[in-house]
Amino acid sequence: MKSHYQLLVIGGGPAGLAAATTAAEQGVSCAVLDEQAMLGGQIYRSIETIPDQRAQKLGSEYLRGKKIAATFRESSAEYYPNTKVWSLNNEREVGILQNDQASVITADQIIVASGALERPVPFPGWTLPGVMQAGAGQILYKSAGIVPDNGVVLAGSGPLLLLLAWQYLHAGVEVKALLDVTPLANHITALPKFPRALLAHHYLTKGIGYQIELKRAGIPMLFGVSDLRAEGDDQCQRVSFKHSGKQKTIESELLLTHFGVIPHIWLTQSAGCHHQWDGSQQCWRPQHDEWGNTDIDGILVAGDGAGINGARSAEHAGRLAGFEALFALDIISQKERDSKAAKDRKWMQDERHIRPFLEKYYQIPQKLLATADDETIVCRCEEVTAGEIRQAVKDGHDNSNQVKFFTRCGMGPCQGRQCTNAVAHIVADEKDMSVEKVGHFRGRPPVAPLTLEQLASLKNKEVS
Amino acid sequence: MNSDVIIIGGGLMGSSIALQLAMRGCSCSVIEKDSPGRHSSGVSAGGLRLLNRDPAEIPLSVEASKMWRDIESLLDSDCDARFPGQIRVAENKADMEKLEQRAALVRSLGYEHEEIIGKEELYQLVPAISPHCVGALINRTDGYARPYHALTAFRRKAESVGVKYYSSTEVYRVEKEGENWQIKTSQGIFNSSILVNCAGAWANKISTMLDESVPLTAKALMLMVTEKLPHFVDPVMGAASRKLSFKQMQNGSLIIGGALVAKLDFEKEKTDIDWAQLAESAETVVSFFPQLKDVRIVRAWAGIESFMPDNIPVISQSQTHDNAYHAFGFSAHGFQLSPVIGKVMSQLILDGQSELPIQPFHIGRFK
Repeated sequence: MKSHYQLLVIGGGPAGLAAATTAAEQGVSCAVLDEQAMLGGQIYRSIETIPDQRAQKLGSEYLRGKKIAATFRESSAEYYPNTKVWSLNNEREVGILQNDQASVITADQIIVASGALERPVPFPGWTLPGVMQAGAGQILYKSAGIVPDNGVVLAGSGPLLLLLAWQYLHAGVEVKALLDVTPLANHITALPKFPRALLAHHYLTKGIGYQIELKRAGIPMLFGVSDLRAEGDDQCQRVSFKHSGKQKTIESELLLTHFGVIPHIWLTQSAGCHHQWDGSQQCWRPQHDEWGNTDIDGILVAGDGAGINGARSAEHAGRLAGFEALFALDIISQKERDSKAAKDRKWMQDERHIRPFLEKYYQIPQKLLATADDETIVCRCEEVTAGEIRQAVKDGHDNSNQVKFFTRCGMGPCQGRQCTNAVAHIVADEKDMSVEKVGHFRGRPPVAPLTLEQLASLKNKEVS
Repeated sequence: MNSDVIIIGGGLMGSSIALQLAMRGCSCSVIEKDSPGRHSSGVSAGGLRLLNRDPAEIPLSVEASKMWRDIESLLDSDCDARFPGQIRVAENKADMEKLEQRAALVRSLGYEHEEIIGKEELYQLVPAISPHCVGALINRTDGYARPYHALTAFRRKAESVGVKYYSSTEVYRVEKEGENWQIKTSQGIFNSSILVNCAGAWANKISTMLDESVPLTAKALMLMVTEKLPHFVDPVMGAASRKLSFKQMQNGSLIIGGALVAKLDFEKEKTDIDWAQLAESAETVVSFFPQLKDVRIVRAWAGIESFMPDNIPVISQSQTHDNAYHAFGFSAHGFQLSPVIGKVMSQLILDGQSELPIQPFHIGRFK
């Protein structure tokens, strides 16, 4: 690994791989830093090593990753797996960790393709063993072929839930129920967005196809579910909820939840990029232009880390950011950039026709985001409950950071990733203010925890 | 908006002074350009340290130490204060000599609070420390508190006796209108008969408006905090000849600091962690406590603080104007002094002099 590159790409998912491939084709020195052991990101996890049979079961969207990975491998871009980025600043200094050795490398251009994470939504019982995020279930399946052997209840909102139900069905897993917490009213409020969504009808057809198959297989799919709870003494034993005005319970030791995905913004936050609240996607995202430029010179974003638009869109956005980086490096002219990027720009627009509809349709109800139940733990690391947060607000701490200082909520090892949004929603709800105004926790480096010894190892390295 | 006293700066010092003045019957307004305690007060390490104070600060610090012991009677909150002592560890003979000289100096001033302890007692107090250490200087009454709790407690108590806080209120101009002060801010005009400058790292902007600029430097000091660990050390740890300041908080996490300076763009109020320095600090910690090598750092931050060239604060009447006062420049060790500063300043303002000696902190000393 060199201590300086013309382009560094952080993240080895579709956006990062496409960006690096695009740039490397023009001969610039380029490296992809990937926290994971293998390329592909979350969406194409294990894409280079997965057995064919399992890959087929994961569906055609997944298989698309094979080509992206192969093209990337053919390019001259360097790839560094198991490389944790723990710091990024506005001078484009990147703190990395490999094999317990910390170092700092630099680049002229940096494309942050950090992807997304599942939106953490605290609800009663979410901290019980046996309650996991659906993404974790999918990771186990993709990377190790592990599926639940005692049945599972899936609950939440969003396309991934449906996809996972379908994947489990094909893997022979007993799906006891699919509980959709999306309010039924969303089906109506999303209607005006439907005509545009028809322009990306392959997504709609796919979604409907999954539903039909699940229905045929006799999997109970309940819509408009509320008051979701996981119950049990020291392990999830049953899932309780309200549906059609009735209280219901399903016995299950495993509950996988999914409440949509949100951008992984901790790197761009650490660099000092401006972030804005996206009310439609219900998340913070870095402000950027259509090429991915943030407000900090030489730092670009691409893919779901820039705002949730899905894997295919990420690929196009990655290429656009790649072209923009080449332009910024004076490798291609503005005219060349525009002509090379024309197709991807068009395709990306086409891909995004579905988004406004999906965002409206799967919008999570405010009551759920703002953790209505006072007893529910919001910050798992510091064990702070929703009630304690509300009390801090009543005591006059009226923004996310003041609540954090006062309650220690968000000060644990996860650095507030699990609770920053929930806290913002609770404070906003309590004060009747906008989430934008309440703000999110100020990012505190390191972006990923380092041990004292790992940090000390930086001393032996020359800091560029 | 009219009041007897206007205090510029809503941190610990401003709040402490406002509280004491209000308890003596003054109407006070605290104006703060951000939110109260946004800078050094809110990001302090919370050390309650009388140990190794500049001789000029010792009388104030001794009184502050007493006040912290009984802080609940002043603030209706214990501020989560603990008093397990603070120590400075000697790693070799030269260190030990340095500490012995220091103890002798403190004794010569008539104080007994700094004691030398030998190797044996050091290992009784801190069994986990690396075996190469040879002794230490200790003040057994020192400790630490939770800065944000202290800040909140000062503010709440001040508000309960009538102090008004104005956040997001930046001072543009300070003028005399006859006998009174007129303060033009981003939120309108404030009037008062007395003005107190507690603006921390921004204090020189205010003192310059009063025609008495000071050689104040704003620096951003870094701290890092680790994940929670089982309890293993009581006293707050420092070292005689290395940059170390280290304590295990009530919840088990370690706070590591020690005069580590971040990169700072003062105008933009932007700080950037200097990892090379933190790496050195991490190495120092591990050399004192090798068993901590695999402990994870969960966050680091930097807070903007005011430093004076002689590293002691300005606690003073204005030299250029009547009815103007200063309390700033605490040079990264003001937290412990905060309760006593309220007392001293209220005496200076209302009685014309303070009971404790503050001559060394006069604003005129830099000429």
